[in-house]
Amino acid sequence: MSHKLTTQDVHVWYGSFHALKGVTLSVKPNTVTAFIGPSGCGKSTFLRLFNRMNDYIEGFHMGGEIIIDGRNIYGKRILVEELRKEVGMVFQKPNPFPKSIYDNVVYGLQIQGINDKHVLEEACETSLKQAALWNEVKDNLKKSALALSGGQQQRLCIARTLAVKPTMILMDEPASALDPISTAKIEELILELKSQYTIVIVTHNMQQAARISDRTAFFYLGELIEYDKTVNIFTNPKEEKTQSYITGRFG
Amino acid sequence: MKRKERFVEALLAFSGGLTILTTLGILIVLLIESIAFFNEVSIVEFLTDTQWTPLFADKHYGILALVSGTILTSFIAILVALPIGLSIAVYLNEYAHPRMRQIVKPVLEILAAIPTVVYGFFALTVVTPFLQGFIPGLSGFNSLSPGIVMGIMIIPFISSMSEDALYAVPKSLREASYGMGATRFQTAFRVLIPAASSGIIVSVILAISRAIGETMIVAVAAGQQPRLTLDPLVPVQTITTYIVQVSMGDVEQNSIEFRSIFAAGITLFVFTFVLNTISAKVKRKFQHKYE
Amino acid sequence: MSSRRNRIADRVFKLWAIGCTLIGIIMLGIFLVNIAIDGLGRIDWDFITSLPSRKAEKAGIYVALLGTVWILVLTAIIAIPVGVAAGIYLEEYGKKSRFASILEINITNLAGVPSIIYGILGLEVFVRTFGLGKSVIAGALTLSLLILPIIIVATREALKAVPKTLREASFALGATKWQTVSKQVLPAASGGIVTGVILAISRAIGETAPLILVGAIVYLNKPPQTPLDQYSVLPMQIFNWISRPEQEFSVNAAAAIIILLLVTFVMNGIAIYLRYRWQRKVKW
Repeated sequence: MSHKLTTQDVHVWYGSFHALKGVTLSVKPNTVTAFIGPSGCGKSTFLRLFNRMNDYIEGFHMGGEIIIDGRNIYGKRILVEELRKEVGMVFQKPNPFPKSIYDNVVYGLQIQGINDKHVLEEACETSLKQAALWNEVKDNLKKSALALSGGQQQRLCIARTLAVKPTMILMDEPASALDPISTAKIEELILELKSQYTIVIVTHNMQQAARISDRTAFFYLGELIEYDKTVNIFTNPKEEKTQSYITGRFG
Repeated sequence: MKRKERFVEALLAFSGGLTILTTLGILIVLLIESIAFFNEVSIVEFLTDTQWTPLFADKHYGILALVSGTILTSFIAILVALPIGLSIAVYLNEYAHPRMRQIVKPVLEILAAIPTVVYGFFALTVVTPFLQGFIPGLSGFNSLSPGIVMGIMIIPFISSMSEDALYAVPKSLREASYGMGATRFQTAFRVLIPAASSGIIVSVILAISRAIGETMIVAVAAGQQPRLTLDPLVPVQTITTYIVQVSMGDVEQNSIEFRSIFAAGITLFVFTFVLNTISAKVKRKFQHKYE
Repeated sequence: MSSRRNRIADRVFKLWAIGCTLIGIIMLGIFLVNIAIDGLGRIDWDFITSLPSRKAEKAGIYVALLGTVWILVLTAIIAIPVGVAAGIYLEEYGKKSRFASILEINITNLAGVPSIIYGILGLEVFVRTFGLGKSVIAGALTLSLLILPIIIVATREALKAVPKTLREASFALGATKWQTVSKQVLPAASGGIVTGVILAISRAIGETAPLILVGAIVYLNKPPQTPLDQYSVLPMQIFNWISRPEQEFSVNAAAAIIILLLVTFVMNGIAIYLRYRWQRKVKW
């Protein structure tokens, strides 16, 4: 099976700070991959490379190659906006727009110039169902998204991402701001979405990584220390640093 | 020790209290003289007559003739300042390199620091002749040219306040929009401006208030002919210009002509007071939004 | 593809916005060049030291320039202590009192009152009621009221930037409130206050409208000797020259504008520079 995502010797600098030091890994389609490591290890920076969200950060520059679906996404002819439709992102804190639930979900379609009401309404319903939010909000889609609970807001953000029909979804600690019940719902959702999407998730919660991911990558000080099947990482790590981290000796 | 402390505090409080005296002073002065004015001129005439000719033999006191000139010049000013000011704010917030910001912001501040009489000179001697080049019907005094120049003058108000409002929008909303494939343009106009709308509205209201109260640009370049018109090509008179005109002439104090400047003044005060109050209300709402 | 179209819209807007940003700079440029062409040749020592005249080529700005200096000094003497004191009261003392909240709303409102209304106030109160007549002091008092809100707001901003820890440290050593404010907080905030004060004074010397009402006069044969004398100011002289139809007076106006802008820009330049230095130095 060919790879969805491949990175080759990726380096990132912010000004003179060397944030990522030569990361090489591959991700297969329809899998969940978890990035773990102590804060500041570069896992979020690495994730944000895949839809080029670091582009606007001052002093950012990178080296190496990132290939998604056979294309170098930092190549000259890539349209960043196109890429971001293919590779959606869910952020750490739920960040709905201060608009209605409906407006939030269809935003991504509207900016592509889709204004057909039927298409938008259908997409809205499908995405909210996929995100397991439809039953809770179907009667007041015009309500402000800010009136939802934190867990609902995050599922709305996932629905909003799904509406654009990406093939890959990046999640940056999507449950870290949520209560345990909402977290469980998000995790369940991730496992369901796996059949249609390739998911890469950054998490600081090792149990979460163990529960939902197929493969896990452990980062430390900007380096990829170990990348393997999740089972292996958590039961039989090859590196001493991984061993120390998963047993809670630092982090 | 204690007594000295209390004395100092009282002195400081008194200094603050002077500002309240100022407000009271303005209200009392405007009211006393206006009441004297309205003893001689009916309020109905003041509000409905379409001519304003207190300095002529055939006296009319229709404030609408001055109000229309005021609104016309202010409207033209906002028409110029809003799109340009808002575009600058978006540009500085979303597109510009930090170094560009460092250059542009002081230049805009300089624009705001130029005395208004100087802007008036610019309107009269540069902008009007320039516009006459392709608007044949434009008279030497008109509302178009001072309106445009006033617009340039208030660009910095709108741009700097709108920029603050845009800046206050949480970064996470910006990222969410970019993350879904929106361009900076789409993000600015579909997410950031709506989210910052109250702050932008405040900036526009304050700019209107500023334009309505502006005196020297219109005094120099708009002419001194009160008339009820929306034609930007002919001479008009604003409320402020009328007050200047009377003050420059030899009008006898305590005469009805003299008192008419207080009636004009209180009209101006009411306009700006209402606008400032609305903007303060909007602002108070806005401050709680992202807390 | 829609992405390409969106891209183009983004580019077009960017160009438009750069244009808008440059318009200010371009206008400023056109403006300065125009005035320089008109007026620079007219400026010489005679122009600065001559009295007003009905003949354009003989007229000078001596009286107006000295009048502006008088106004600048008197306004500073009146407005700075009052404005800074009121700012200190609001930020350090009043805070939550009812009086302070009324003051705050009041100052916000005053800041939005058109300058010509201050002229009306000055005319009734200082010129007529106090019997000061058309004197420099009446003009300076009027302009002081006008710039008071600006000084108060600037003082408060500067005081706000001083961290609480500094105050607590001083209190903990047994200092009284006024000792803390005068010996620790004010010096720490002085950079910001000075910047605000300079900007406010520079605003005052550019004002024309309120001074027309309180009686600045153009044709005077000598500058004021005491605060109770009659006076003229530069903006007033400029306004008079602009209002005359003869081309020669327009040249005079341009020349006087150069002098006025010079004063304004120098003051603003100093203020911007001080603020820049202050912001760099103060990294709490």
